Amino acid sequence: MIRIFSILVGLFFTVALAWSLLWDTVQLSKDGLPTSAALEFGKAHDLKPLKLASDGPFGKFDKKQLKRGFEVYAGVCASCHSLQQVAYRSLVYAGLTEKEVKELAAKATINAKDPLTGEMKDRPGLTADKFPPVVFAGTGTPPDLSLITKARKGGAAYIYSLLIGYETSQPAELVKKFPDAKTPEGMFYNPYFANLNIAMAPPLASDDLVTYSDGTKATKDQMAQDVSAFLVWAAEPELEQRHQTGAWWILFLIFATTLAYMSYRNIWAEKKGH
Amino acid sequence: MSFPWSKEYKPSHPLMVWFDERLPLPRLIYNAVGGGYEVPRNLNYFWNFGFLAGLCLVIQIVSGVILAMHYGGDTSVAFNSTEHIMRDVNWGWMLRYGHANGAAAFFAVVYLHIFRGFYYGSYKAPREMIWLSGVVIFLLMMATAFMGYVLPWGQMSYWAAQVITGLFSAFPLIGDPLKEWLLGGFAPGNATLNRFFSLHFLLPFVILGVVILHIWSLHIPGSSNPTGVEVKSKSDTVPFYPYYVGKDGWTIGLLMIVYSVFLFYMPNALGDPENYIPANPMQTPAHIVPEWYFWPFYAILRSFTQDLLFFEARLLGVLAMFAAILVWFFLPWLDKSPVRSASYRPLYRKFFWVLVIDVLILGYLGKLPAEQPYVLVSQLATMYYFLHFLVIVPIVSSIERPDPLPFSITESVLGHDGAAKLTKD
Repeated sequence: MIRIFSILVGLFFTVALAWSLLWDTVQLSKDGLPTSAALEFGKAHDLKPLKLASDGPFGKFDKKQLKRGFEVYAGVCASCHSLQQVAYRSLVYAGLTEKEVKELAAKATINAKDPLTGEMKDRPGLTADKFPPVVFAGTGTPPDLSLITKARKGGAAYIYSLLIGYETSQPAELVKKFPDAKTPEGMFYNPYFANLNIAMAPPLASDDLVTYSDGTKATKDQMAQDVSAFLVWAAEPELEQRHQTGAWWILFLIFATTLAYMSYRNIWAEKKGH
Repeated sequence: MSFPWSKEYKPSHPLMVWFDERLPLPRLIYNAVGGGYEVPRNLNYFWNFGFLAGLCLVIQIVSGVILAMHYGGDTSVAFNSTEHIMRDVNWGWMLRYGHANGAAAFFAVVYLHIFRGFYYGSYKAPREMIWLSGVVIFLLMMATAFMGYVLPWGQMSYWAAQVITGLFSAFPLIGDPLKEWLLGGFAPGNATLNRFFSLHFLLPFVILGVVILHIWSLHIPGSSNPTGVEVKSKSDTVPFYPYYVGKDGWTIGLLMIVYSVFLFYMPNALGDPENYIPANPMQTPAHIVPEWYFWPFYAILRSFTQDLLFFEARLLGVLAMFAAILVWFFLPWLDKSPVRSASYRPLYRKFFWVLVIDVLILGYLGKLPAEQPYVLVSQLATMYYFLHFLVIVPIVSSIERPDPLPFSITESVLGHDGAAKLTKD
């Protein structure tokens, strides 16, 4: 009885699916496979290669690069993008000295509760503060950058590709094939961006937008690499500790597992019958 | 199971004698996972995943309880408190990555455990209760994992809550009120987050309770084994301690190594980048996808695209998704073959492997956007899924001619001569 019922239920689902399948096949034969400008012209799956010191299981941060990257963030990105998960104090792990961090924090304006009156008031920043929100008046909503390398497919390589991947004009075929995907007025064509047209103007349009304190020549490519490295740190400040802890822990596990395997062999030695 | 040759607990230390007379907890442990529990000697490594699933549950409960000490269950702070755990709490990143990847490890282990059951007919009499409680555990795990995923209140958290509770609105008449009742509002909000946090903390302990029932019911008939032949004599079994403590024990190490590689070296490989963006009710992500362990069921949900009679397409998808797991409850009665192990069922074995491939295909499709040609393939794969459990299994179990079974477990391990030698002992 239960089996007759089950076969009927199974056939019901099969018929329902066959019905959907039939309609979808008819639809597909009419419309063809879906396509879009992003699918055909996007480069999100073909990012520019980026090598960072923090890559790989033994990767560590290059502090000098992090500091340069922070200088790019502070000099270029910070006018539109906030970094609200990062505390000033933590910048000592990104190559800045304690003195620099204190000065930097003091320059910021933090809106916080006045401990005497309980009112919200502006005050100079302290190292314990996190980066304040950034007010942006233009079109679009610049995302907070604290987690950006974790929040985008491709991570740092995506950021790097996006920053230097702007193209001055769209391919002619693209506009011909997908007239709707034409870059609107005030937007910019960037094949690494999800829908190809981005509101952010090319942020690293020319060399020497910042002056590096370590004297490195600030080419576009250098700035893009450095800020990508810095943003990896901003998103994953625990990376070094994670890599090191993992190495020791896994070494220990291999050792312990070997011992456990040997004792297992020992226990079963006579039972297996050989 | 207590076989006539099972050893009795005999405490040697006077303190343990005193203890055992007043509260026989040591006896319970001895009979459950000690020398008193006799287990078939021929279990292969697929029998390790139950033990490993238990370990995963413990990892999840311990890491989860500590995470809850630092997490804020309010929409205004949930996302930031998660980042607070990652950045400011000592070893907080290890707890959170450990908990997120621990869920993945738990599901991976449990899927292997379930498919072990499909292959070796572990659900068959007299083990139906073990199977039924196991399906209940799996359903509870799915609910717990889903609600846990909502807690960081990222984009995918929010939209997963929206989509999953939206499924209930597919039911006619009661649908919309049901959805609003589940959410505590018209859209996911603070009420939703609070109740999900509360339930996410509660359900693991419910799972623990059902796990105890699961193991209790296992210990009545005792473990099944790869031949599916019941235990007949002392030479068929070995005591759980030290034999299976040793065998399960070293695979803990293997699981921990794989799990740790994910935790320490690719902690975000299984997660969606979208969930590192704070929840934004005004912006729908381009592709809403659940975590990998829900992909096969998500593909089933989305493969119904047309209304049939008075069934709306969306309702069909929801019914099918729930039915995909509910059919497991009926498996002991759908599969009438008296032979348990697929090793001796040539026809069923072929269909089992088709099912494995089918579920892998469904999993792959569940990750992809609901576009052609993926939807066509998932329709075919879903068709096979239901035909397998509801039509093929009942029919195959009636018409199949199984291969000859070994006389006993001992014979299957040692061959005829060995068995003769051992029974003399």
